[in-house]
Amino acid sequence: MNWLLDVKDLGKRFGGFVALENISLAVRAGERVGLIGPNGSGKSTLVNCICGTLRNEAGSVRFDGHLLHRSVAHQRTRLGLARTFQLPRPFASLSLIDNMRIPLIYTVAARGAVHSARDIEARSFELLREVGLDNKAQRLPRDLTQVEMRKLELARAMAAEPKLLIADESMAGLTHSEVEDLLALLKRLNEQGVTIILIEHIMRAVMSFSQRLVVLVSGRKIADGEPDEVVHNPDVERAYLGQ
Amino acid sequence: MRTPIFLLICLVIAGAAFVAAVAFNNDYVFFAGYVVMQYMVLSTAWNILGGYCGYVNFGTAGFFGLGAYSTVAFHRFYPLPIPILLIFGGVVSGIVGFGMGYLTLRLRGAFFAIATLALAVVLETLVVNWDYVGGSRGAYIVRPEVAPLIGNYVRYLFLIMLLLAVAAITVARLIERSRLGYGFATIRDDEQAAEASGVPTLRLKLIATTISGALMGMAGAPFPYYIGYLQPSSTFGFDYAVNAIAMPLIGGTTSWVGPVIGTLLLASLQQIATVTISSAVNLLIVGCLLVGFVIVAPEGIIGLVHRYIRHKPAGLVGRSRIAADAPGPAP
Repeated sequence: MNWLLDVKDLGKRFGGFVALENISLAVRAGERVGLIGPNGSGKSTLVNCICGTLRNEAGSVRFDGHLLHRSVAHQRTRLGLARTFQLPRPFASLSLIDNMRIPLIYTVAARGAVHSARDIEARSFELLREVGLDNKAQRLPRDLTQVEMRKLELARAMAAEPKLLIADESMAGLTHSEVEDLLALLKRLNEQGVTIILIEHIMRAVMSFSQRLVVLVSGRKIADGEPDEVVHNPDVERAYLGQ
Repeated sequence: MRTPIFLLICLVIAGAAFVAAVAFNNDYVFFAGYVVMQYMVLSTAWNILGGYCGYVNFGTAGFFGLGAYSTVAFHRFYPLPIPILLIFGGVVSGIVGFGMGYLTLRLRGAFFAIATLALAVVLETLVVNWDYVGGSRGAYIVRPEVAPLIGNYVRYLFLIMLLLAVAAITVARLIERSRLGYGFATIRDDEQAAEASGVPTLRLKLIATTISGALMGMAGAPFPYYIGYLQPSSTFGFDYAVNAIAMPLIGGTTSWVGPVIGTLLLASLQQIATVTISSAVNLLIVGCLLVGFVIVAPEGIIGLVHRYIRHKPAGLVGRSRIAADAPGPAP
């Protein structure tokens, strides 16, 4: 089968601590995958290894036919692999519209797609409009609320025009309606052809969003399958509820 | 404002400053003006890496000294006009800047700062042990009596440094308003997020260290002609590093204007203090002002102005810092 993302036997250690052990994960183009696990299970480490922020010591990551072991983070972004951070990390000294311009200039334009300054400006506003931040385009990120900051983070990842978007706990700390807003946004994105991996603790959101669920515990994958099937898996129940 | 118009305005101001200095009819004005302009180049160059990218470089004296000793080395081989020595000094320091960047840019914060400080010490040690350029004895450079076009050599040196300052400011402004400046700002704000947005941070940092190092070397290239006797300990003196950091910090590091304001304020004050009180009081002034600004205005004078503007009605806040028609593809 032709996978968009194919992670094979991935391993990562921090000194003597094994953060990830023999993780294999394959994602098809257009799929919506939920990645769950208790705190410290290795979800963010896995994302960091996939996106090139961390180097894995074992295994391989293949994305869209490219073996990624030699490429650094910005090269992976240019290939179409975008991510959001668990804690929003906006460019604090740049206005919201400038935050949008960065991936458009350095990723989309660098891919060779012709983007004039006017196109970039228009697309930046369009992205801000999609997440409801167009009225604050000239503001600095410090003027935003927590939910707006998360929307900015998501919009900036979308600006890179990714094939695969990894949303790392984008909904943490949000209210029910805000979670629904972000889920709708992610689903819309998925309908446009973007493959999405959603890392989340809010089970209601993960269950309604995901077509497939992957569970990590203590750096190991313990389940991978249909969401309803996975949540009733005894290993998963044990990991979440204890013996 | 477009770059050619900005350059023209700078040249007009520089021309006016030169005419004003001539009107004083006192060579000291040119000596003092030379030092102020030299610091303007150094602080502007420092700001390209330290201010725009957020990498604090303590190695200013190393690049400055390298430019100065490049002149000594070339002068001993074959005396050349200063504009050509300026280019040689810039190329040599730019190459070293690139090398330093390649070796140290994976470091951050205090570790990077210490590495740059070490570079200055290593370069000084090399010069001390290199007899061809005078070694620890130092080197004499006899300043010609007459300069081309102008006649008076001190005035000629001042004019060269004035033009170099204009060039450095124009380069800094050009970077700030280009897509390169955008990339530098993301490195300063959050390097990991920059990489995740597709910014090739290492490549951009190498560009910054090369340009910054080259400009610092160019500032040092005419120095042997200015000072007459070049000694390693003073040429690689720590006060160059301190001043080149203090001036942008006092003026503000996020814009080309900051180092210009900081230099005019601090370097002029130092020159006045040198003739009215004592040259030893220089670093005391720097220290006191720096402590004062860190407490009162950590973002410098420019930051104070921005803070004032932010309290004005909305619409002026967070204005797009890059011209919409910024040319060229992403680096």
